[in-house]
Amino acid sequence: MMSNNNTPDLKIILEFSAGAELLFGNIKRREISLDGTQKWTIANLLKWMHANILTERAELFIQGDTVRPGILVLINDTDWELLGELEYELQANDNVLFISTLHGG
Amino acid sequence: MIAATADSFEIEKAKLCRKIAELQAALNAKDQKLRELQLAADNSLAEGEVQFAPRDQYTELSNDDIARYSRQLILTDFGVSGQLKLKNSAVLIVGLGGLGCPAAQYLASAGCGNLGLVDYDEVEPSNLHRQTLHTVSRCGISKAESARIALLELNPHCRIICYSNLLNSFNAMQIIPAYDVILDCSDNVATRYLLNDACSILQKPLVSGSALKMDGQLTVYCYGENGPCYRCIYPVPPPPEAVTNCGDGGVLGAVTGTIGALQAMEAIKVIVGLGEVLAGRMLIFDGSSCQFRNIKIRGKRPNCHVCSSEPLITGLIDYELFCGMNANDKDNALQLLEPEQRINVLDYHKLATEKKSHLLLDVRPPAEFEICQLPGAVNVPLAQILDDSYIQRFAQQLESKEYPIFVVCRRGNDSQIAVQHMKTRFPDHSVRDLEDGMHAWTKLVDQNFPIY
Repeated sequence: MMSNNNTPDLKIILEFSAGAELLFGNIKRREISLDGTQKWTIANLLKWMHANILTERAELFIQGDTVRPGILVLINDTDWELLGELEYELQANDNVLFISTLHGG
Repeated sequence: MIAATADSFEIEKAKLCRKIAELQAALNAKDQKLRELQLAADNSLAEGEVQFAPRDQYTELSNDDIARYSRQLILTDFGVSGQLKLKNSAVLIVGLGGLGCPAAQYLASAGCGNLGLVDYDEVEPSNLHRQTLHTVSRCGISKAESARIALLELNPHCRIICYSNLLNSFNAMQIIPAYDVILDCSDNVATRYLLNDACSILQKPLVSGSALKMDGQLTVYCYGENGPCYRCIYPVPPPPEAVTNCGDGGVLGAVTGTIGALQAMEAIKVIVGLGEVLAGRMLIFDGSSCQFRNIKIRGKRPNCHVCSSEPLITGLIDYELFCGMNANDKDNALQLLEPEQRINVLDYHKLATEKKSHLLLDVRPPAEFEICQLPGAVNVPLAQILDDSYIQRFAQQLESKEYPIFVVCRRGNDSQIAVQHMKTRFPDHSVRDLEDGMHAWTKLVDQNFPIY
């Protein structure tokens, strides 16, 4: 998270919807700053989230090195599967949205 | 003499064990037989029940129709041809709950000619805040029947068939072919996969809605050339512990109403060929901030198990097994504790009326604690048990291993989880849960205690 003046932070927005926020301290929207000196893929971001902001049982969010079945990941409102999934490289001001699937009616 | 007694004891014991095993086997066989019979009964839907009588294809509207539907007839792009398509269409609604009621209501009133209603469940008072077709006087009757009564009152021109059975892998393939569009208004994961696979195999558009708490989701599967199916988006079912139902999580009726009405709208668009159908996109509704978000989801998965060109699944499977969850939203009683770690409510009541010193922890969320509490109960939500923050708060009571601690919740599931967790830290303490929770309290101790 630390950065010097030459390497600005990589600022992105994380959003959580339909209950996924309950795993992250019940906060639906966060602006976060990542270390701008390194490349950030979604895979790295998930590790960062696990280490820094995940508050509930990890297995309800992460399974292996990816998100558990039933959570959709959207990058700028587009399914991450259309953008390279774990390999997608985050850009400044990207919006990453995690949505739990609902089953009730 | 003692040896002989011990010997005969062993022999008698072995005999009894064998007898029990035999009886168990006989019981299992009878259980199996019963299940098969039930399944056969469920599946033997008479011809007339499954299919509509040969459908008249209407080519013109009656004067009644024109008067009734005038406000939508004058819509550009809808018109007489749209109304006729609707009149000649058949829509199957699976689940007549919070989503299915408003969806059915809008479809019937818009003039959808044929509706099929599937629901195995019966109307209960706790349904009425969101399941808007049912009434107090129809509590206890089949939801499909109750909805039919309400819909015919609204629009007697609508032909309605009720299926008051659980949709399963056998009857689904008998029922679904007769319909043009299917609405998934169900409340569980297994039914969602079942409907998806059936619709994918039979190539029927599936309008899928869901809701929980203040959130809702909507999309149309199996529609158009590259439209994905449910499995394209969710190839693997979620772990059961990550699934919350409306009975546990709660839901606002206006939220299911919003999504259900939108399901009717998408169905009408599919039938009439109107506008842009919500396929390959998903609508995410957050009622708490009143925001709709339209996200782009992937198209067909090239290796999808059911809708790709080389599917692995070509017939319906056992979806309860596949999902590891039942095809309903009822809670199953957990069985985590040994009998000595539990107390029944009658024994607890006796002990409490004798004013024996003890601690009663109520592990429900505060919103539920506010609804009703047992006398003397202290609210410690389950999360505070699981993160051990309760230890400091009750340090005094935890000093003695003998001091009786009881744990209660609504139905006796979370209380077991709590006791199990507390026992890992305090294995020799007297910590027990109240069997079957407050529901048992109402049933056995105090009939005036509210139930929810």
